[in-house]
Amino acid sequence: MPLSSADFAAIWLTLQLATLTTAILLLIGTPIAWWLARSRSWLKGPVGAVVALPLVLPPTVIGFYLLVSMGPNGVIGQFTQSLGLGILPFSFAGLVVGSVFYSMPFVVQPLQNAFEAIGERPLEVAATLRAGPWDTFFSVVLPLARPGFVSAAILGFAHTIGEFGVVLMIGGNIPEKTRVVSVQIFDYVEAMEYAQAHWLAGGMLLFSFLILLLLRGSGQLQTAGSGR
Amino acid sequence: MSQPVRQALLALSAVWLASTQALAGEVQVAVASNFSAPLQVIARDFEADTGHKLLASFGATGQFYAQIKHGAPFEVFLAADASTPATLEREGEGVVGSRFTYAIGTLALWSAKDAYVDGQGEVLRRGQFQHLAIANPKAAPYGLAATQVLASMGLSQTLEAKLVEGQNIAQTLQFVATGNAELGFVALAQVYKDGQVTRGSAWIVPAALHEPIRQDALLLRKGQGNPAAEALLSYLKGPKAAAVIKSYGYQL
Repeated sequence: MPLSSADFAAIWLTLQLATLTTAILLLIGTPIAWWLARSRSWLKGPVGAVVALPLVLPPTVIGFYLLVSMGPNGVIGQFTQSLGLGILPFSFAGLVVGSVFYSMPFVVQPLQNAFEAIGERPLEVAATLRAGPWDTFFSVVLPLARPGFVSAAILGFAHTIGEFGVVLMIGGNIPEKTRVVSVQIFDYVEAMEYAQAHWLAGGMLLFSFLILLLLRGSGQLQTAGSGR
Repeated sequence: MSQPVRQALLALSAVWLASTQALAGEVQVAVASNFSAPLQVIARDFEADTGHKLLASFGATGQFYAQIKHGAPFEVFLAADASTPATLEREGEGVVGSRFTYAIGTLALWSAKDAYVDGQGEVLRRGQFQHLAIANPKAAPYGLAATQVLASMGLSQTLEAKLVEGQNIAQTLQFVATGNAELGFVALAQVYKDGQVTRGSAWIVPAALHEPIRQDALLLRKGQGNPAAEALLSYLKGPKAAAVIKSYGYQL
Protein backbone atom coordinates (compact mmCIF):
# COMPACT_ATOMS: atom_id res chain seq x y z
CA MET A 1 0.00 0.00 0.00
CA PRO A 2 1.72 3.21 -1.11
CA LEU A 3 -0.38 5.52 1.09
CA SER A 4 -0.37 5.18 4.88
CA SER A 5 -3.35 5.74 7.14
CA ALA A 6 -1.81 9.09 8.09
CA ASP A 7 -1.86 10.02 4.39
CA PHE A 8 -5.52 9.13 4.08
CA ALA A 9 -6.26 11.15 7.20
CA ALA A 10 -4.46 14.13 5.65
CA ILE A 11 -6.35 13.73 2.35
CA TRP A 12 -9.70 13.47 4.13
CA LEU A 13 -8.90 16.52 6.26
CA THR A 14 -7.85 18.51 3.18
CA LEU A 15 -11.09 17.63 1.36
CA GLN A 16 -13.15 18.65 4.39
CA LEU A 17 -11.27 21.92 4.68
CA ALA A 18 -11.67 22.75 0.98
CA THR A 19 -15.37 21.85 0.91
CA LEU A 20 -16.26 23.87 3.98
CA THR A 21 -14.15 26.83 2.87
CA THR A 22 -15.75 26.84 -0.59
CA ALA A 23 -19.26 26.66 0.86
CA ILE A 24 -18.58 29.57 3.24
CA LEU A 25 -16.95 31.60 0.48
CA LEU A 26 -19.86 31.12 -1.94
CA LEU A 27 -22.18 32.29 0.83
CA ILE A 28 -20.28 35.42 1.84
CA GLY A 29 -18.52 35.98 -1.48
CA THR A 30 -21.76 36.34 -3.47
CA PRO A 31 -23.01 39.53 -1.75
CA ILE A 32 -19.48 40.98 -1.78
CA ALA A 33 -19.08 40.25 -5.50
CA TRP A 34 -22.56 41.61 -6.23
CA TRP A 35 -21.80 44.82 -4.41
CA LEU A 36 -18.42 45.14 -6.16
CA ALA A 37 -20.09 44.59 -9.54
CA ARG A 38 -22.95 47.06 -8.99
CA SER A 39 -21.80 49.73 -6.57
CA ARG A 40 -20.66 53.18 -7.63
CA SER A 41 -19.43 54.00 -4.13
CA TRP A 42 -15.90 55.32 -3.66
CA LEU A 43 -15.43 52.35 -1.31
CA LYS A 44 -15.51 50.00 -4.27
CA GLY A 45 -11.82 50.48 -5.01
CA PRO A 46 -10.53 49.93 -1.46
CA VAL A 47 -12.83 46.94 -0.81
CA GLY A 48 -11.86 45.33 -4.11
CA ALA A 49 -8.20 45.82 -3.24
CA VAL A 50 -8.63 44.26 0.20
CA VAL A 51 -10.37 41.23 -1.30
CA ALA A 52 -7.52 40.84 -3.80
CA LEU A 53 -4.75 41.21 -1.22
CA PRO A 54 -4.13 37.46 -0.78
CA LEU A 55 -3.16 37.32 -4.47
CA VAL A 56 -0.20 39.54 -3.78
CA LEU A 57 0.76 38.97 -0.15
CA PRO A 58 3.05 36.10 0.71
CA PRO A 59 1.22 33.47 2.81
CA THR A 60 3.73 34.17 5.57
CA VAL A 61 2.28 37.66 6.00
CA ILE A 62 -1.27 36.36 6.23
CA GLY A 63 -0.16 33.51 8.50
CA PHE A 64 1.78 35.84 10.74
CA TYR A 65 -1.09 38.31 11.18
CA LEU A 66 -3.56 35.49 11.73
CA LEU A 67 -1.29 33.90 14.34
CA VAL A 68 -0.93 37.17 16.22
CA SER A 69 -4.56 38.33 15.89
CA MET A 70 -6.08 34.92 16.68
CA GLY A 71 -3.72 34.39 19.65
CA PRO A 72 -4.80 34.99 23.25
CA ASN A 73 -3.67 38.63 23.13
CA GLY A 74 -5.02 39.40 19.65
CA VAL A 75 -8.32 41.01 18.67
CA ILE A 76 -9.86 37.85 17.21
CA GLY A 77 -8.40 35.74 20.02
CA GLN A 78 -9.97 37.96 22.71
CA PHE A 79 -13.30 37.72 20.91
CA THR A 80 -13.28 33.91 20.53
CA GLN A 81 -12.18 33.53 24.14
CA SER A 82 -15.02 35.74 25.35
CA LEU A 83 -17.41 33.43 23.48
CA GLY A 84 -15.86 30.50 25.35
CA LEU A 85 -14.41 29.02 22.16
CA GLY A 86 -10.77 29.26 23.19
CA ILE A 87 -8.26 30.31 20.56
CA LEU A 88 -8.28 29.37 16.89
CA PRO A 89 -4.66 28.48 15.99
CA PHE A 90 -3.89 24.75 16.04
CA SER A 91 -7.53 23.92 15.33
CA PHE A 92 -9.55 22.94 12.27
CA ALA A 93 -11.77 25.99 12.77
CA GLY A 94 -8.65 28.17 12.66
CA LEU A 95 -7.64 26.65 9.32
CA VAL A 96 -11.12 27.33 7.94
CA VAL A 97 -10.90 31.00 8.97
CA GLY A 98 -7.42 31.29 7.46
CA SER A 99 -8.49 29.57 4.23
CA VAL A 100 -11.55 31.80 3.83
CA PHE A 101 -9.26 34.84 3.87
CA TYR A 102 -6.68 33.20 1.67
CA SER A 103 -9.01 31.89 -1.04
CA MET A 104 -11.45 34.79 -1.07
CA PRO A 105 -10.25 36.46 -4.32
CA PHE A 106 -10.50 33.15 -6.16
CA VAL A 107 -14.21 33.04 -5.43
CA VAL A 108 -15.13 36.73 -5.44
CA GLN A 109 -13.42 37.72 -8.69
CA PRO A 110 -15.05 35.13 -11.01
CA LEU A 111 -18.41 35.98 -9.44
CA GLN A 112 -17.81 39.69 -9.87
CA ASN A 113 -16.87 39.15 -13.53
CA ALA A 114 -20.01 37.08 -14.09
CA PHE A 115 -22.25 39.68 -12.44
CA GLU A 116 -20.68 42.50 -14.45
CA ALA A 117 -21.15 40.54 -17.69
CA ILE A 118 -24.90 40.35 -17.09
CA GLY A 119 -25.19 44.11 -17.47
CA GLU A 120 -28.13 46.36 -16.63
CA ARG A 121 -30.61 45.26 -19.27
CA PRO A 122 -31.88 41.94 -17.88
CA LEU A 123 -32.32 43.59 -14.49
CA GLU A 124 -34.32 46.45 -16.00
CA VAL A 125 -36.48 44.03 -17.93
CA ALA A 126 -37.12 42.07 -14.74
CA ALA A 127 -38.04 45.28 -12.97
CA THR A 128 -40.57 46.29 -15.65
CA LEU A 129 -42.11 42.83 -15.22
CA ARG A 130 -42.49 43.77 -11.55
CA ALA A 131 -40.03 41.26 -10.19
CA GLY A 132 -38.79 42.16 -6.71
CA PRO A 133 -35.03 42.35 -6.04
CA TRP A 134 -34.88 38.84 -4.50
CA ASP A 135 -37.00 37.36 -7.26
CA THR A 136 -34.74 39.03 -9.84
CA PHE A 137 -31.64 37.69 -8.14
CA PHE A 138 -32.84 34.08 -7.96
CA SER A 139 -34.73 33.93 -11.30
CA VAL A 140 -32.50 36.10 -13.48
CA VAL A 141 -29.05 36.69 -11.99
CA LEU A 142 -28.31 33.21 -10.64
CA PRO A 143 -29.08 31.34 -13.88
CA LEU A 144 -27.18 33.88 -15.98
CA ALA A 145 -24.17 33.81 -13.64
CA ARG A 146 -24.10 30.02 -13.33
CA PRO A 147 -20.76 29.58 -15.17
CA GLY A 148 -19.26 32.16 -12.84
CA PHE A 149 -20.42 30.18 -9.83
CA VAL A 150 -18.93 26.99 -11.28
CA SER A 151 -15.58 28.72 -11.84
CA ALA A 152 -15.66 30.30 -8.39
CA ALA A 153 -16.42 26.99 -6.67
CA ILE A 154 -13.75 25.06 -8.57
CA LEU A 155 -11.08 27.72 -8.08
CA GLY A 156 -11.88 28.25 -4.41
CA PHE A 157 -11.81 24.51 -3.76
CA ALA A 158 -8.62 23.90 -5.73
CA HIS A 159 -6.80 26.84 -4.22
CA THR A 160 -7.65 25.71 -0.68
CA ILE A 161 -6.41 22.21 -1.50
CA GLY A 162 -3.11 23.77 -2.56
CA GLU A 163 -2.75 25.98 0.50
CA PHE A 164 0.49 25.56 2.41
CA GLY A 165 2.12 28.61 3.95
CA VAL A 166 -0.82 29.82 6.01
CA VAL A 167 -1.55 26.33 7.33
CA LEU A 168 2.10 25.83 8.20
CA MET A 169 2.15 29.03 10.21
CA ILE A 170 -1.06 28.60 12.21
CA GLY A 171 -1.63 24.84 12.11
CA GLY A 172 0.94 23.26 14.40
CA ASN A 173 1.04 20.06 12.30
CA ILE A 174 -1.53 18.08 14.35
CA PRO A 175 -2.66 14.76 12.83
CA GLU A 176 -6.35 14.71 11.84
CA LYS A 177 -6.79 18.34 12.89
CA THR A 178 -4.38 20.54 10.98
CA ARG A 179 -1.99 18.26 9.07
CA VAL A 180 -3.22 18.71 5.50
CA VAL A 181 -1.71 17.05 2.42
CA SER A 182 0.69 19.86 1.55
CA VAL A 183 2.12 19.83 5.10
CA GLN A 184 2.33 16.04 5.07
CA ILE A 185 4.39 16.24 1.85
CA PHE A 186 6.68 18.85 3.43
CA ASP A 187 7.18 16.53 6.43
CA TYR A 188 8.10 13.62 4.20
CA VAL A 189 10.60 15.70 2.25
CA GLU A 190 12.20 17.00 5.46
CA ALA A 191 12.47 13.48 6.80
CA MET A 192 13.97 12.31 3.46
CA GLU A 193 11.07 9.88 2.95
CA TYR A 194 10.91 10.60 -0.76
CA ALA A 195 8.89 7.53 -1.78
CA GLN A 196 5.92 8.61 0.34
CA ALA A 197 6.39 12.22 -0.72
CA HIS A 198 6.22 11.15 -4.38
CA TRP A 199 2.89 9.36 -3.99
CA LEU A 200 1.20 12.36 -2.42
CA ALA A 201 2.95 14.96 -4.56
CA GLY A 202 2.14 13.02 -7.74
CA GLY A 203 -1.47 12.79 -6.63
CA MET A 204 -1.60 16.56 -6.12
CA LEU A 205 -0.08 17.14 -9.55
CA LEU A 206 -2.65 14.93 -11.23
CA PHE A 207 -5.49 16.52 -9.25
CA SER A 208 -4.43 20.05 -10.16
CA PHE A 209 -4.06 19.14 -13.81
CA LEU A 210 -7.54 17.62 -13.92
CA ILE A 211 -9.05 20.67 -12.22
CA LEU A 212 -7.52 23.01 -14.80
CA LEU A 213 -8.60 20.73 -17.61
CA LEU A 214 -12.12 20.74 -16.21
CA LEU A 215 -12.13 24.54 -16.08
CA ARG A 216 -10.84 24.92 -19.63
CA GLY A 217 -13.24 22.24 -20.81
CA SER A 218 -16.16 24.25 -19.52
CA GLY A 219 -14.69 27.31 -21.22
CA GLN A 220 -14.81 29.25 -18.01
CA LEU A 221 -11.25 29.93 -17.04
CA GLN A 222 -11.83 33.21 -15.27
CA THR A 223 -8.82 32.92 -13.09
CA ALA A 224 -8.24 35.49 -10.46
CA GLY A 225 -4.49 35.11 -10.79
CA SER A 226 -1.85 32.67 -9.67
CA GLY A 227 -1.58 31.73 -6.05
CA ARG A 228 0.83 29.97 -3.80
CA MET B 1 37.15 65.58 -14.48
CA SER B 2 40.38 67.28 -13.46
CA GLN B 3 43.63 65.40 -13.52
CA PRO B 4 44.30 65.27 -9.75
CA VAL B 5 40.76 64.12 -8.99
CA ARG B 6 41.01 61.38 -11.57
CA GLN B 7 44.30 60.22 -10.14
CA ALA B 8 42.91 60.17 -6.64
CA LEU B 9 39.90 58.15 -7.79
CA LEU B 10 42.14 55.69 -9.62
CA ALA B 11 44.31 55.27 -6.57
CA LEU B 12 41.26 54.75 -4.37
CA SER B 13 39.77 52.14 -6.64
CA ALA B 14 43.12 50.36 -6.82
CA VAL B 15 43.25 50.20 -3.03
CA TRP B 16 39.66 48.99 -2.91
CA LEU B 17 40.33 46.28 -5.52
CA ALA B 18 43.46 45.13 -3.71
CA SER B 19 41.66 44.94 -0.40
CA THR B 20 38.76 42.92 -1.78
CA GLN B 21 41.11 40.51 -3.49
CA ALA B 22 43.32 40.03 -0.47
CA LEU B 23 40.68 39.86 2.23
CA ALA B 24 37.04 39.80 1.44
CA GLY B 25 36.21 36.18 0.98
CA GLU B 26 32.65 35.08 1.45
CA VAL B 27 31.34 32.04 3.24
CA GLN B 28 27.80 30.67 2.99
CA VAL B 29 26.73 28.96 6.17
CA ALA B 30 23.73 26.75 6.90
CA VAL B 31 22.89 27.27 10.57
CA ALA B 32 20.48 25.32 12.76
CA SER B 33 17.78 27.73 13.97
CA ASN B 34 18.64 27.31 17.65
CA PHE B 35 22.08 28.83 17.03
CA SER B 36 20.76 31.94 15.30
CA ALA B 37 21.28 34.43 18.18
CA PRO B 38 24.88 33.47 19.04
CA LEU B 39 25.78 33.22 15.37
CA GLN B 40 24.72 36.79 14.72
CA VAL B 41 27.13 37.97 17.42
CA ILE B 42 29.88 35.65 16.19
CA ALA B 43 29.35 36.78 12.60
CA ARG B 44 29.80 40.42 13.57
CA ASP B 45 33.05 39.67 15.43
CA PHE B 46 34.26 37.34 12.69
CA GLU B 47 33.66 39.91 9.96
CA ALA B 48 35.36 42.62 11.99
CA ASP B 49 38.35 40.45 12.90
CA THR B 50 38.99 38.72 9.56
CA GLY B 51 37.37 40.93 6.89
CA HIS B 52 35.52 37.92 5.49
CA LYS B 53 31.80 38.14 4.89
CA LEU B 54 29.47 35.59 6.44
CA LEU B 55 26.14 34.79 4.77
CA ALA B 56 23.94 32.74 7.09
CA SER B 57 20.76 30.78 6.36
CA PHE B 58 18.70 29.49 9.29
CA GLY B 59 16.50 26.40 9.27
CA ALA B 60 15.89 22.88 10.54
CA THR B 61 18.82 20.47 10.39
CA GLY B 62 16.83 17.86 8.44
CA GLN B 63 15.78 20.47 5.91
CA PHE B 64 19.42 21.52 5.38
CA TYR B 65 20.43 17.89 4.94
CA ALA B 66 17.98 17.54 2.06
CA GLN B 67 19.11 20.83 0.51
CA ILE B 68 22.83 20.02 0.77
CA LYS B 69 22.24 16.59 -0.76
CA HIS B 70 20.59 18.35 -3.69
CA GLY B 71 23.30 20.85 -4.44
CA ALA B 72 22.65 23.79 -2.12
CA PRO B 73 25.59 26.21 -2.25
CA PHE B 74 26.43 26.01 1.49
CA GLU B 75 30.09 25.82 2.43
CA VAL B 76 29.86 25.31 6.18
CA PHE B 77 27.13 23.48 8.08
CA LEU B 78 26.41 24.20 11.74
CA ALA B 79 23.94 21.45 12.63
CA ALA B 80 21.80 20.91 15.70
CA ASP B 81 23.00 17.32 16.06
CA ALA B 82 26.02 15.12 15.49
CA SER B 83 24.48 12.46 13.28
CA THR B 84 23.46 14.64 10.31
CA PRO B 85 26.97 16.07 9.71
CA ALA B 86 28.41 12.56 10.21
CA THR B 87 26.07 11.21 7.55
CA LEU B 88 26.98 14.02 5.15
CA GLU B 89 30.68 13.38 5.73
CA ARG B 90 30.22 9.67 5.08
CA GLU B 91 28.21 10.37 1.93
CA GLY B 92 30.97 12.52 0.49
CA GLU B 93 29.23 15.89 0.91
CA GLY B 94 31.65 17.02 3.64
CA VAL B 95 35.41 17.25 3.94
CA VAL B 96 36.70 14.19 5.82
CA GLY B 97 38.18 15.07 9.22
CA SER B 98 36.73 18.60 9.34
CA ARG B 99 33.86 17.69 11.69
CA PHE B 100 33.92 18.88 15.32
CA THR B 101 31.50 19.72 18.13
CA TYR B 102 31.02 23.47 18.37
CA ALA B 103 28.38 23.46 21.11
CA ILE B 104 26.33 21.15 23.30
CA GLY B 105 22.74 22.29 23.36
CA THR B 106 20.53 22.82 26.39
CA LEU B 107 16.79 22.28 26.20
CA ALA B 108 14.41 24.58 28.06
CA LEU B 109 10.72 24.34 28.83
CA TRP B 110 9.63 27.92 28.33
CA SER B 111 6.54 30.10 28.65
CA ALA B 112 6.14 33.74 27.69
CA LYS B 113 4.23 34.23 30.96
CA ASP B 114 6.17 35.05 34.12
CA ALA B 115 6.11 32.41 36.88
CA TYR B 116 4.17 29.97 34.66
CA VAL B 117 6.90 27.35 34.37
CA ASP B 118 8.39 26.21 37.70
CA GLY B 119 11.99 25.18 38.28
CA GLN B 120 11.18 21.44 38.27
CA GLY B 121 8.89 21.17 35.28
CA GLU B 122 5.95 20.15 37.52
CA VAL B 123 3.73 22.25 35.25
CA LEU B 124 3.95 19.37 32.76
CA ARG B 125 2.59 16.85 35.29
CA ARG B 126 -0.28 19.12 36.30
CA GLY B 127 -1.19 19.37 32.63
CA GLN B 128 -3.41 22.44 32.98
CA PHE B 129 -2.72 23.85 29.52
CA GLN B 130 -4.14 23.49 26.04
CA HIS B 131 -1.01 23.38 23.92
CA LEU B 132 2.59 22.27 24.43
CA ALA B 133 4.80 23.29 21.50
CA ILE B 134 7.73 21.17 20.34
CA ALA B 135 9.83 21.23 17.17
CA ASN B 136 9.11 18.57 14.55
CA PRO B 137 11.02 15.56 16.00
CA LYS B 138 11.67 14.15 12.53
CA ALA B 139 13.57 17.21 11.33
CA ALA B 140 14.74 19.11 14.41
CA PRO B 141 17.04 17.55 17.04
CA TYR B 142 15.60 19.75 19.80
CA GLY B 143 12.19 18.33 18.98
CA LEU B 144 13.55 14.80 19.26
CA ALA B 145 15.10 15.67 22.63
CA ALA B 146 11.75 17.09 23.77
CA THR B 147 10.00 13.79 23.00
CA GLN B 148 12.74 11.97 24.94
CA VAL B 149 12.13 14.22 27.97
CA LEU B 150 8.39 13.49 27.87
CA ALA B 151 9.17 9.76 27.64
CA SER B 152 11.61 9.94 30.59
CA MET B 153 8.93 11.65 32.66
CA GLY B 154 6.33 9.09 31.60
CA LEU B 155 4.15 11.79 30.06
CA SER B 156 4.28 10.89 26.37
CA GLN B 157 0.78 9.45 26.26
CA THR B 158 -0.95 11.92 28.60
CA LEU B 159 0.34 14.93 26.70
CA GLU B 160 0.22 13.59 23.14
CA ALA B 161 -3.09 15.27 22.33
CA LYS B 162 -1.74 18.65 23.45
CA LEU B 163 1.38 18.69 21.30
CA VAL B 164 1.69 21.22 18.50
CA GLU B 165 4.69 21.11 16.19
CA GLY B 166 6.78 23.91 14.79
CA GLN B 167 8.73 23.06 11.65
CA ASN B 168 11.92 24.15 13.39
CA ILE B 169 12.87 25.48 16.79
CA ALA B 170 12.37 29.08 15.68
CA GLN B 171 8.73 28.49 14.76
CA THR B 172 8.26 26.59 18.03
CA LEU B 173 9.46 29.64 19.94
CA GLN B 174 7.10 31.81 17.90
CA PHE B 175 4.08 29.66 18.88
CA VAL B 176 4.95 30.16 22.56
CA ALA B 177 6.03 33.80 22.26
CA THR B 178 2.68 34.78 20.70
CA GLY B 179 0.88 32.95 23.54
CA ASN B 180 -0.86 30.54 21.18
CA ALA B 181 0.82 27.68 23.04
CA GLU B 182 1.09 28.28 26.79
CA LEU B 183 4.49 26.62 26.91
CA GLY B 184 6.95 24.72 24.76
CA PHE B 185 10.32 23.03 24.55
CA VAL B 186 12.80 25.46 22.97
CA ALA B 187 16.55 25.84 22.86
CA LEU B 188 17.79 27.61 25.98
CA ALA B 189 19.87 29.87 23.73
CA GLN B 190 16.71 31.40 22.31
CA VAL B 191 15.58 32.81 25.67
CA TYR B 192 18.83 33.13 27.61
CA LYS B 193 21.70 35.58 27.81
CA ASP B 194 24.56 35.97 30.27
CA GLY B 195 23.34 33.64 32.98
CA GLN B 196 19.64 34.38 33.01
CA VAL B 197 16.38 33.82 31.21
CA THR B 198 15.63 37.01 29.31
CA ARG B 199 11.81 36.92 29.39
CA GLY B 200 8.93 34.76 30.63
CA SER B 201 9.64 31.72 32.77
CA ALA B 202 11.69 28.60 32.06
CA TRP B 203 12.77 25.22 33.35
CA ILE B 204 16.28 24.36 32.22
CA VAL B 205 15.80 20.68 31.47
CA PRO B 206 18.42 18.41 33.12
CA ALA B 207 20.63 16.83 30.47
CA ALA B 208 20.02 13.38 31.97
CA LEU B 209 16.42 13.39 30.68
CA HIS B 210 17.45 13.22 27.03
CA GLU B 211 20.30 12.16 24.77
CA PRO B 212 22.94 14.90 24.66
CA ILE B 213 22.35 17.47 21.92
CA ARG B 214 25.85 17.50 20.49
CA GLN B 215 25.93 20.09 17.75
CA ASP B 216 28.57 19.44 15.12
CA ALA B 217 30.08 21.68 12.47
CA LEU B 218 31.23 20.39 9.11
CA LEU B 219 33.19 21.89 6.22
CA LEU B 220 31.16 21.02 3.14
CA ARG B 221 32.64 19.99 -0.19
CA LYS B 222 31.69 23.33 -1.74
CA GLY B 223 33.71 25.16 0.94
CA GLN B 224 36.90 23.18 0.44
CA GLY B 225 39.71 25.52 -0.49
CA ASN B 226 37.73 28.66 0.41
CA PRO B 227 39.89 30.55 2.95
CA ALA B 228 36.81 32.25 4.41
CA ALA B 229 35.17 28.90 5.18
CA GLU B 230 38.31 27.54 6.78
CA ALA B 231 38.78 30.77 8.73
CA LEU B 232 35.25 30.50 10.10
CA LEU B 233 35.78 26.96 11.35
CA SER B 234 38.98 27.85 13.16
CA TYR B 235 37.31 30.99 14.49
CA LEU B 236 34.53 28.85 15.98
CA LYS B 237 37.15 26.80 17.83
CA GLY B 238 38.76 29.95 19.28
CA PRO B 239 38.25 31.51 22.73
CA LYS B 240 36.31 34.55 21.50
CA ALA B 241 33.59 32.45 19.88
CA ALA B 242 33.58 30.05 22.83
CA ALA B 243 32.80 32.89 25.23
CA VAL B 244 29.83 33.95 23.09
CA ILE B 245 28.57 30.39 22.74
CA LYS B 246 28.72 29.82 26.52
CA SER B 247 26.97 33.11 27.25
CA TYR B 248 23.88 31.70 25.51
CA GLY B 249 23.73 28.68 27.82
CA TYR B 250 25.47 26.09 25.64
CA GLN B 251 28.04 23.69 27.08
CA LEU B 252 31.39 23.24 25.42
